Amino acid sequence: MSEKVLMKGNEALAEAAIRSGCKMFFGYPITPQTELAAYMAKKMPKIDGVFLQAESEVAAINMVYGAASAGKRVMTSSSSPGVSLKQEGISYIAGSDLPCVIVNIVRGGPGLGGIQPAQSDYFQAVKGGGHGDYNLIVLAPSSIQEIVDIVHDAFDIADKYRMPVMIMGDGMLGQMMEPISFPDADEVKIPEKPYATNGTQLKRKKNIVNSLYIEPSELEKMVFERYERYKKVEENEVRVEEYKLDDAEYVIAAYGTIARVAKTAIEKLRADGVKVGLIRPITLWPFPKASFENVAGKVKGILTVEMSMGQMVEDVRLSVNGKCPVDFYGRTGGMIPTPDEICAALLKMKEGK
Amino acid sequence: MNKIKIITGHFGSGKTEIAINMAMSEEHCAIVDLDTVNPYFRTADAESALLKSGVRVILPPFARTNVDIPVIPPDVFSVFESGENVVFDVGGDDDGALALGMYNRYFTELGYEMYFVICATRPLTQTEDDVTSLIRDVEAASRLRVTHLINNTHYGKMTDVEIIMKGQALCEAVSKKMNIPIAFTTAPGELIPTLKINNPLKELDLYINLPF
Repeated sequence: MSEKVLMKGNEALAEAAIRSGCKMFFGYPITPQTELAAYMAKKMPKIDGVFLQAESEVAAINMVYGAASAGKRVMTSSSSPGVSLKQEGISYIAGSDLPCVIVNIVRGGPGLGGIQPAQSDYFQAVKGGGHGDYNLIVLAPSSIQEIVDIVHDAFDIADKYRMPVMIMGDGMLGQMMEPISFPDADEVKIPEKPYATNGTQLKRKKNIVNSLYIEPSELEKMVFERYERYKKVEENEVRVEEYKLDDAEYVIAAYGTIARVAKTAIEKLRADGVKVGLIRPITLWPFPKASFENVAGKVKGILTVEMSMGQMVEDVRLSVNGKCPVDFYGRTGGMIPTPDEICAALLKMKEGK
Repeated sequence: MNKIKIITGHFGSGKTEIAINMAMSEEHCAIVDLDTVNPYFRTADAESALLKSGVRVILPPFARTNVDIPVIPPDVFSVFESGENVVFDVGGDDDGALALGMYNRYFTELGYEMYFVICATRPLTQTEDDVTSLIRDVEAASRLRVTHLINNTHYGKMTDVEIIMKGQALCEAVSKKMNIPIAFTTAPGELIPTLKINNPLKELDLYINLPF
């Protein structure tokens, strides 16, 4: 591991991407993720990479589409309104089976909303914000060190399954600083990309990257094949943190930075003799259903805490399938739940109010 | 005439916490949030603590709200008339220092101290060359001279003697090269007795906290 540096989440996302062999970044500034683009603008020219501030988010995602078609490791980043603009391009990238990494540092919505942290883009990320049958792999780190590890894996997973991967954080994670270290720079292994439209050199047949299928039966066949791959993703790529579940009578479900607020709440509750554990989905898709299934028969209830009006809570409910009560506590619009609020919501659930 | 202190430095070097601590330790002091670079983690977040300790707080009109409007409040000018002490918390890098330009006449007439905060664990300010060139950029953008350095090298809660001394070596090298004295070095209270450093040491009270 390298010596520790003190980095903001946005800076760590950029540096980790560069260290993962990403040499192309296309984006457009928006608070609270601008430091990511600013870092790329400073660093990319020094490593013979490309930083381009596109004329819009729509342009940026289509540049990502182009670079991914040519077989390059490529990233774009934005925050909620900008990610909405990217949705058409994301659907095309998914429909063309191309790998890329898209960062969403979520802020309050809908509409222009506000610049403070939120998690209200969960549905958009995991249920397909663009059109058509497709999935994104969605990773939700909760610390700056975890960002570093996740970015590296995100590029590898994207290449492995030929899928767009989204890294979802919130404004707080993008802006806060923590000491981190980077894995020792061993050579980045980028797999062969036989589908890439990077010139035939007159040695092979031309490659065509496309999401249009003239025959419905052909399109259906492609989608079926894609969903076979999604099944493998669901089998192999689920990531979850289970915390203090052994003796837990109640479980809090939370992801990203809110999981850290929840941990503080759990310490307080345990000090008062209430046995609470945490399930923290790290992959929001594929969702860690098994973790919830495993506790559903054992605990008295699950409290989902989000910075939204209740989005992930639907996946929690689907996973426990009625086997235990699932309550929700959320703040939205840029407000952050405090540990005391979470404690109160859990006690309320415990007392059956 | 009362003192004008201007806090500059790299993005994320700890300018805001240092500015808050300085303002709280002065009598009859105002603090100006002049950060036009970043709307998160700023002086405005510590407003109630500052007011409680008697500091007059001058904030941009949209600080801490849901919009990112980097405007400078007109009442900044009042500090040059009121005769109170004042601490300017400036935005990061030369981009942030640019906002000082409009007050240049007052700083030059009334006199000032301009501090440059160094946190050697931050990327892009870890070498003597990087730091000196950033200091020159800040000076050029602000049309002022850096008069003091502050060593604020840390790892958050994981700060140890070794990392403070590493930052100290960098600051001393920059200090020697540019002939700018080190005003003080920050350190957690329990480490202060063990640090062998010739300039003053200060423990900071921290006001910008995360909700966990």
